[in-house]
Amino acid sequence: MTFIKPKFRHPDLPKNKLGYTLSFYEGALSTLCAGCGHDSISAAIIQSAFEMNIEPHKLAKLSGIGCSSKTPTYFLGNSHGFNSVHGRMPSVATGANMANKDLIYLGVSGDGDTASIGMGQFVHVIRRNLKMIYIVMNNGCYGLTKGQDSATADNGSISKAGIVNQFQAIDLCGLAIELGATFVAQSFSGDKKQLIPLIKAAMAHNGFAFINVISPCVTFNNNKGSTKSYDFVRDHLEATGTFDFVPEMEEITTNYESGEKHAIKLHDGSLLQFNKLDNDWDPLDRFSAMKAVHQAREKNEIITGLLYLNQGAMDLHELVNTCDRPLNTLKKEDLCPGNGALANINAGLR
Amino acid sequence: MSDKLKINDFVVRFANVNGTGSASANLLFCKAIFRMGIPVTPKNIFPSNIQGLPTWYEVRVSEKGYLGRRDGIDLMVAVNAQSMEADIKSVHPGGYLLYDSSKKLPDHYKRDDIHFIPIPLMEICNETYTDARLRLLFKNIIYVGALAELMHFDFTVFESLLGDQFKGKEKLIAPNLNALKLGSDFIKANYKGTFDLKVERRDLLKDAIMTDGNSACGLGAIYGGATFAAWYPITPSTSVVEAFMEYADEFREEKETGKRKVAIIQAEDELAAIGMVIGANWNGARAFTATSGPGLSLMNEFLGLAYFAEIPLVLIDVQRTGPSTGMPTRTQQSDILEAAYASHGDTRHILLFPSTPKECFDLTATAFDLSEQLQTPVILMTDLDLGMNDHISEPFSWDDSKEYQRGKVLDYDDLEEIQRFGRYLDVDNDGITYRTIPGTHPTKGSFFTRGTSRDEYAAYTENSPAYQRNMDRLVKKWVTAREYVPSSQLYQNQHSSEYGILFFGTSQYAAEEAMDMLKEDKILVDGLRIKSFPFDQIAIDFLQNHKYIFIVEQNRDAQMKSLIMIELGISAEKLISVLNYDGLPITATNIVHQITHSLERVEKYTTV
Repeated sequence: MTFIKPKFRHPDLPKNKLGYTLSFYEGALSTLCAGCGHDSISAAIIQSAFEMNIEPHKLAKLSGIGCSSKTPTYFLGNSHGFNSVHGRMPSVATGANMANKDLIYLGVSGDGDTASIGMGQFVHVIRRNLKMIYIVMNNGCYGLTKGQDSATADNGSISKAGIVNQFQAIDLCGLAIELGATFVAQSFSGDKKQLIPLIKAAMAHNGFAFINVISPCVTFNNNKGSTKSYDFVRDHLEATGTFDFVPEMEEITTNYESGEKHAIKLHDGSLLQFNKLDNDWDPLDRFSAMKAVHQAREKNEIITGLLYLNQGAMDLHELVNTCDRPLNTLKKEDLCPGNGALANINAGLR
Repeated sequence: MSDKLKINDFVVRFANVNGTGSASANLLFCKAIFRMGIPVTPKNIFPSNIQGLPTWYEVRVSEKGYLGRRDGIDLMVAVNAQSMEADIKSVHPGGYLLYDSSKKLPDHYKRDDIHFIPIPLMEICNETYTDARLRLLFKNIIYVGALAELMHFDFTVFESLLGDQFKGKEKLIAPNLNALKLGSDFIKANYKGTFDLKVERRDLLKDAIMTDGNSACGLGAIYGGATFAAWYPITPSTSVVEAFMEYADEFREEKETGKRKVAIIQAEDELAAIGMVIGANWNGARAFTATSGPGLSLMNEFLGLAYFAEIPLVLIDVQRTGPSTGMPTRTQQSDILEAAYASHGDTRHILLFPSTPKECFDLTATAFDLSEQLQTPVILMTDLDLGMNDHISEPFSWDDSKEYQRGKVLDYDDLEEIQRFGRYLDVDNDGITYRTIPGTHPTKGSFFTRGTSRDEYAAYTENSPAYQRNMDRLVKKWVTAREYVPSSQLYQNQHSSEYGILFFGTSQYAAEEAMDMLKEDKILVDGLRIKSFPFDQIAIDFLQNHKYIFIVEQNRDAQMKSLIMIELGISAEKLISVLNYDGLPITATNIVHQITHSLERVEKYTTV
């Protein structure tokens, strides 16, 4: 194993519209365990940002604490990043977003960081419909402290130490839909083909976009009997469809397999096309999405894909009616009423 | 009984039932004295309750301009049956009790050493008004009218006050004036006893204003350029952000669009509030939060992150009585140590200690400059007394030529010029490094902010020397901060005594009065008011050049004394605590009593 990331890149590597190669979107060498699902998600984020032609300085990546929260170091090395405190990434993202509405905010969290210590902030950032992408790298355990069950560990799942989890799991997607999240998706770290269009669609979404990615922990939760192991997840995946993200103005060249074709036009004009496999479910209908999630739970399936989308809700900036100029660009002339205005204020206090 | 006339020098306490509209009537009384040019200071002693529990409002009138609380009630306005017995007992001998005589006072409430002024308030209201709400509200205005008659108020003051209060609702003026007249007429016709508490018009206040510290902080945040506030409601800090909201409505609307040049988020808890403020400041907006002790406790982890990751932020701590929920509606200065060293690990935070509403305004605005210049949290240490009670203050003023000091922030052109950006590289050798704001430059200046150790280029490291270099640089920054923070206030040009008295925040009022009282007793003490932590050279010199220093503070554990001992290595023997921690603002007599008592002890030891 090497500890130095090679910098050499072939000069003929494809470039995106901004003239950047994929490598421009990479980060430092990952220090996670070999085979960690999180690294695949990082790769999907890199690929998505490259394909979406995102200027790296126009994206800020934020995280909490844990294995998952370490990953922002390993992608988008030319973007500002913020590794905050455990479970509190949503608040930092909220403040950052309020300061500058023109950037893309990509939050990364884990199941401990979101479903336990950060549950309060997760719930409230959804309530406010903060425009951000919120990815949970969900492995059902606490990796950095060596394998304790997390709150997303399924009831009956067996840990590496052989202990059966007796507690109910928190279903983050079900909760997000219940709370009114405007974009809710679930995927699997091993399914890049599905994950990349989902991340790209999340980047185009005008509101809170949540993606729960099942991402097995190869070191502490990949044993027989664990419901977050690679084998178990692969056996129980139930895709709602195949997805493709088509940016605005781009020629549609994708070939579809048989099935019912759908396309949802996103806020920025781009299209999310998908072949729906399950005819009972409509991702634009909250009740239908909830039903699909509940049914999957009953059947012990892991339903994946874009589960719910609502493009009609106002984001937090619209709700608090902030001006079009980012708040962090306003100057003294915009902000300070000056000594003259104090005469009136003083007079009112006499 | 003393019949000595007390002109512009007495204390009135109103005993009311919470939620009955007494606050505005009592304020009317207080404001009328203020309008007559006489120094006056009100203290609202209120319960943690919305309706029903006893509440008191104490007004001190002081021709000499002493604006601290004073012991000894000269006149009690007792209109709360629940607390009546205790209220009567608390009147100073020779004092007065004005009470609602609609119901007969129980015989055992009577005292021979005070004057009773009966007014059948409820009966008058029942005869005059049919509406139940009006009966309740005007009862309060009627006793103000009675007091005004007894004290010889200039009634034209009420006309102008009510005119200002009911601008746009003019039809409410006449009924209020009428209620005042009902009280006044009743006294004229019925009270034949003595009354020696009088007010006489003066011109002692010049251009002073009367307002509370929390409103001033909210206004200071507007002037200081805050564009984001996140908060969680907690007494006694709530009105800071509420004032900020009101001023934002007035000053932060974009004319062309009707959109707002500010965002204010009510967070789910104090942890989220400070997290949001950190996120906004990290992203280049000036942002603040306001809280009180319990909130500060919750914010500790994030404050450590902001210290270590070097993110500016402004936190306004309106202190109340702790620990735990303590007495949430009473005052104290008991968060000093918690604020100074908030969070785990080696941390130290800049503290500012305002004493007046004017200073709340100035120091809140200054806090934004300081926090960005020093890239660290700045905590404004105010308290319930300053925050929620009205105070006479110098008027607000602003120097329009002053620019916001945004500190060392690199813009696009700066980044173009430098070879390699090092976020934690001490280029100027003052401990303060250069930062960049996300979105500045496509290929230069990005870095990773974290609470974990990192090297000068912001790369994660667990290398011991790199960690220690960074911690030492933060100490260097702390030393630099001494040059930036507001200076202490000295009360004399030259030291004239081997005794010093040191105080801060709202203890100023009582401490200044105490110094005068001691002087009358031929005890000379030099005075110093601290305005910030780290301590400046003026404070250090003062502490070193006096044999004994009395440290006045409103907490049990002598927290400021501890801070001085820890930070400056001053020996405990030199520092004599003068403490007050009953939840009420400290009084001058209390300070004088403690100091003279200590002096007796000191002299006993030194002469043996």
